[in-house]
Amino acid sequence: MSRSYLPHWVHWLGSPPNFYRFAGALRPWLMAVALVGAAAGLYGGLVLAPPDYQQGDAYRIIFIHVPSAWMSLFIYATMAVAGLVALVWRVKLAEVIAMECAPTGAAFTFITLVTGSLWGKPMWGTWWTWDARLTSELVLLFLYLGVIGLYNAFEDRRRGARAASLLALVGIVNLPIVHYSVQWWNTLHQGTTVDFLDPARSSIAPSMLWPLLVMALATHLYFFASLLGRTRTGLLSLESGKQWVRALVDGQPAQTTGAPT
Amino acid sequence: MNMASTAQMVVDRTSVLVRPQHASTFAACTALLRRDFVLAWRRRGELFLPLLYAVIVAALFPFALGPDPELLARIAGGVLLVIVVLAMLPALESMFRTDLEDGTLEQWVLAPQPLALLALTRVIAHWLTTVLPLVVVMPLLGTLLNLPVKALPVLIGALLLATPLLALLGSVLSALAAGARRSGILMALMLLPLAVPVVIFAAGAIAGAQSGMPYLAPLTWLAAALVLAIVLAPLACAAALRIAVES
Amino acid sequence: MAHWFAMGGYAVYVWPAYAAFFIVLAWDWFAPALRRRRLTRELRGRIARERTRATRAPRAEAST
Repeated sequence: MSRSYLPHWVHWLGSPPNFYRFAGALRPWLMAVALVGAAAGLYGGLVLAPPDYQQGDAYRIIFIHVPSAWMSLFIYATMAVAGLVALVWRVKLAEVIAMECAPTGAAFTFITLVTGSLWGKPMWGTWWTWDARLTSELVLLFLYLGVIGLYNAFEDRRRGARAASLLALVGIVNLPIVHYSVQWWNTLHQGTTVDFLDPARSSIAPSMLWPLLVMALATHLYFFASLLGRTRTGLLSLESGKQWVRALVDGQPAQTTGAPT
Repeated sequence: MNMASTAQMVVDRTSVLVRPQHASTFAACTALLRRDFVLAWRRRGELFLPLLYAVIVAALFPFALGPDPELLARIAGGVLLVIVVLAMLPALESMFRTDLEDGTLEQWVLAPQPLALLALTRVIAHWLTTVLPLVVVMPLLGTLLNLPVKALPVLIGALLLATPLLALLGSVLSALAAGARRSGILMALMLLPLAVPVVIFAAGAIAGAQSGMPYLAPLTWLAAALVLAIVLAPLACAAALRIAVES
Repeated sequence: MAHWFAMGGYAVYVWPAYAAFFIVLAWDWFAPALRRRRLTRELRGRIARERTRATRAPRAEAST
C-alpha cells in the first residue's frame, strides 16, 4: 500500500471540483481584507506620512511601486513552483494555477515599470534608463509574455501548460538578477532599503514603512484572490466535458448581471 | 543434444545478454552528426540565406544613419551582435520541427542513448553548419561598419562564446515551441529576453576592446555562462522534447 | 484639500501612477469574468444541443 507524505487535505484540494468550491468560498474574504488593507495603507501613505525631505511628495509613488515590484517577483516564483509541480507530478490543478499566475504577474510587472517611470522622471530627470534593475524588470515582463504566448500556441492545453512551465523555470534565473542587480552593479536605481529579516534596521522612516508593508500585504491578498478566481475559470475551461462542470453550468439560472465569481 | 553443445548454447545465449544490444552513445552521436552534415550539405544553398540577411541588414545601418565613420565605429559592435541574434532566429526555430513532423524525434525519445546528448549533438551540428559561417563573415561586416582592426580579435572571441550560448538557449526554446502551432514571432519573443544578458556582455567586451578598456571580464562571464549552458541546456532541451513528442 | 491633491507640485506624476495601478488591477480582476461568461454560454449551448439530439434519436428509433 503506498503512503502519501502529504496530508489528506492536500489531496482533497487537488481535485478540481473541490478546489472550485473552496476557492469560491475563500475568494470574497481575501478580496475584502485586501481592500480594507489597501484603504488603510493608502491612507497612511498618502495622508498620514510626511513628505520626504529629498523627494517631497513624489516619493508617495513608493506605496504602489514597491509592492507591485515585490509582487512581480513573488508571482513569478509562485508560477515556477506550480509549474515544477505540474511538470514533475502532472497535477492538473498545478498546471492551471501556473498558467493563471502569468497574466496577473505581467500586470504587476507592467505597473512596476509604469509607476517607476513616472517616479523616475521628476527624480532622475528621465523616463527610462538602461540600468541593470530596470532592464532585468523589463526582461521579466517579456518572460511573462513569453509564457502566456507559448501556452496559447498549443492546441492541447495540458501540454501547453507543461511547455510554458518549463519556459518559466528556464527564466527563473532572472529573479535573483532583478533582486541583486542594485548590489552587483552601479545602478541609477536606489539600493535595498527594506530589510525583511529585521524591519527596524531598514533605512526608511517608520511612518513610511508601515503603509508600505500594509500595501505589500494587501497586494499579496489581492493576488491570491485574483488567482483563485482565474483558477476557477481555468478549471471550468479545462474540465468542460466533466459532469461536475455541466451540473454547475446547468444548475445556474441564466445570469444577466451579477458579481463576477 | 550432448552436454558440450548444450553448454555452448548456454554460453552463446548468456553472452548475447551480456553483449550490448544497441550502438554505443558515441556511435549514435557521430551517426547523428554525420546525418545532419549530409542533410546540411544537401541544402547548402539555403545556408547562405542567413549570411545574405546579415550583410543586407548591416548595409542598412550606414544608409539609415549616414556614413559618418565615427558614429558607425561606435555602434558597430552592438549592431553586429544584434544582427547575429536576428540572423540565428529562423534557423533556431526549425531546429527540431522537421524531425518532429516525420517521427524522428519519437525515435530519439525512445532510443536507449541519453536524449540530452542527442540534443547536444543536434545543437553542435546546427552551430557548425548554420552559425559558424555567420561568425566567419562577421569580421568582414565589422570592417564595413568601421570597426577598428584592434577590436576584431575580441569580436571573434565574443562571437565564439556568445553564439554557442545562444544556440543552446535557442535549442531549449525551439524544443518547447516545436509542438506548438507555428507562430513566427513566438521564438523571437521567447529568445530575446534571454539573449539580452548575452548581448550586453558580448557588446560590452567589443566596446571595451575598442576604447582600450578591459574586455576580459565580460568574456569570462560569457565563458562561464557557456559552460553552464553546455551542461544544463541539453537536459532542459530533453525535457522539452519529451513534452513535444507526447500527443 | 487642494494642497494635498497638488502633491507638492508632483501631482502630474503621482496621480497617473496611482491611476495606472488601479486601472491595470481592475482589468486583472474583471477580465476573467468575461471569459467565464463566454465559457458558460458556450457550454450551455453545447448541453442544449446534445439534449435535443438525445431526445430526437429515441423518437426515431420508436417510429421504425
